[in-house]
Amino acid sequence: MTGADARPRVAVWKFASCDGCQLTLLDCEDELLPLTELIDIAYFLEATSAESDGPFDLSIVEGSISTPDDVERIQRVREQSHALITIGACAIAGGIQALRNFGDVEELLRIVYATPGFLSTLDTVTPISDHVTVDFELRGCPIDKRQLLEVISAFLVGRRPEVPTHDVCFECKAAALPCVLVAHGTPCLGPVTHAGCGALCPRFGRGCYGCFGPMDSARPEPLVATLRAAGMDEDEVDRLFHTFNAWAEPFREQPAPPVAAPVRSTP
Amino acid sequence: MTHKARAGRLSRDALPRVEGEGAMHVEIADGEVVDVQLNIYEPPRFYEGFLRGRAHTEPPDITARICGICPVAYQMSACLAIEDACGVTTPSEVTELRRLLYCGEWIESHTLHVHMLHAPDFFGVDSVVDLAALDRPAVERGLELKKIGNELLELVGGRAIHPVNVRIGGFYRAPDAAALRTFRPRLERALELAVDVTQWVAGFDFPVLGTDHELVALADGDRYPVFGDRIVSDRGLDIAVADFPEHVEEIHVAHSTAKHARLLARGNYLVGPLARFTLAREKLGPIATEAADRAGLGGECRDPFRSIVVRAVEVVHACEEALRVVDGYVPFAPGSVDVPPRAATGHGATEAPRGLLYHRYTLDEHGIIVDADIVPPTAQNQPSIEHDLFHFVEANIDLPDDELARAAEVTIRNHDPCISCATHFLDVTVDRRGEART
Repeated sequence: MTGADARPRVAVWKFASCDGCQLTLLDCEDELLPLTELIDIAYFLEATSAESDGPFDLSIVEGSISTPDDVERIQRVREQSHALITIGACAIAGGIQALRNFGDVEELLRIVYATPGFLSTLDTVTPISDHVTVDFELRGCPIDKRQLLEVISAFLVGRRPEVPTHDVCFECKAAALPCVLVAHGTPCLGPVTHAGCGALCPRFGRGCYGCFGPMDSARPEPLVATLRAAGMDEDEVDRLFHTFNAWAEPFREQPAPPVAAPVRSTP
Repeated sequence: MTHKARAGRLSRDALPRVEGEGAMHVEIADGEVVDVQLNIYEPPRFYEGFLRGRAHTEPPDITARICGICPVAYQMSACLAIEDACGVTTPSEVTELRRLLYCGEWIESHTLHVHMLHAPDFFGVDSVVDLAALDRPAVERGLELKKIGNELLELVGGRAIHPVNVRIGGFYRAPDAAALRTFRPRLERALELAVDVTQWVAGFDFPVLGTDHELVALADGDRYPVFGDRIVSDRGLDIAVADFPEHVEEIHVAHSTAKHARLLARGNYLVGPLARFTLAREKLGPIATEAADRAGLGGECRDPFRSIVVRAVEVVHACEEALRVVDGYVPFAPGSVDVPPRAATGHGATEAPRGLLYHRYTLDEHGIIVDADIVPPTAQNQPSIEHDLFHFVEANIDLPDDELARAAEVTIRNHDPCISCATHFLDVTVDRRGEART
């Protein structure tokens, strides 16, 4: 190990999330030990008891802002960080928990918890970029391991990460996969979804379900027409756009399925 | 003045190396433990609320996002519950492939906990990186084993975190037999590594913490439990999975965004590796049985500190199981069976690495979810973890505050609590009141 003082100091932070994106760092089994010779993981609650104060050269943030405490904590993270990157759909678009933004948080509280008064939560779930300046966003639900290593490497040497921004369709064509939508009529969000997974779902004969969120110039309207023509009803199309990146533009503008419908008579 | 007479507050801002955000609070007055709370303040995400109105085909992908560490467990319990509601039983080929995928998650998740979260406690270091400075070969072995678990998840599920290949009724595409045969040497390697890991952890120094929790796990016929339609305990509980809601109450307490679960009229209980091992040791594979014997595990294991040994044994078992499934594998085309919806309620439970994970869904005639209930392992274990904490602090009250706080953290980490699941971040505070501190 090189002298601890010489290594850039990296911190990993968590807000509302499933831990999967930060786990991706621990899933770099071949790279983890060599990486720690190059960087000092100064704060990473899931992986180490060691706690150190900022400033940090790089903060990696997972999760979305959903409580009053989060709103303050992300400001403190930003103040201590030279560069701040967000990882995953929760941090970038609010995540699946942002579905609450389309419904009534009081109703959700009542459904899930017997004594909602015990809880402190915000009415809306928001991405990190709504609160602080974000230097780079790495997409995915979860993020891709190779892309994470690329982004960390790029920030450490001060260059822009090389992460493609085209759509999943491009990845399918590059891999010479038959189009699941054209060939089989399988509903697929590939034409509007940001690349990064390597067209994983089509490789398994499945339509893309939008884990990486909308690509920058996504236009849902023509795809909606195609999906309807392929036999999906309106509700199915609405649900397809409203999962892990529902709060990301332009998916957000699609009609939302009902959130937390009251219980009807149960069989 | 003796140590026993002291009282006051000791605090630690964060309990690390657990999955999720919470706090621990210990109150001591006049040298006696008055109260302990495992506070969980992971922000609530309301899954059970927004599952309402979704299609019956969606819970495997949606509920996987409850936990990035054990997404397969969520996918499996969701599939079983919805298939139960729809009256569909999947063919044995689907069950075997699900078992294979689940083996990947047990290998990955347990190996993560053993090496990255738990083992540093036994060496008095902060992290796996510091552990590598003391015993690099052991860490490299763990990372190699963990990687094979992830490779298995990718082979069957498409990716390690939030696999894409799982659907209600089975899989989008069953892997071809050649791909699994090609992977066999990797599993043989994993088995070899897992046996060595078991020997390594068996040699740690273990504090003693005798516990007397009722141990609860699924019963899976002749197999060490992963699936199973009955829930059994070491004290005679034997119920159908469908009867789980009638026997378990979920309680919402002020100090936790995870609901506590208790067995009605029975109280606290424990799910997870200690429960599975104690209830089904004789069903372990032959190599896992031998590894358990060599590690000095008897017929049962009730000591949470030794859960690290049981996890290692379960990894050996998962490698054996994976090899068994691969050797008997017949691809099932098209990979899944149809699951037409009907208006009904269904129940499903499987053994997540951390223990029994229960799902219930009520569907309408179009397959739209009208009600959902999910009871994760950590919610079930939370009262028992608090119980352990109480007794450990009571028995070690003479330790200096910083040592006591650190040891108390370990009593929580013993159970590999997944707070993201249960709803991350643990604050440890010890309140000592009554008399001046010595």
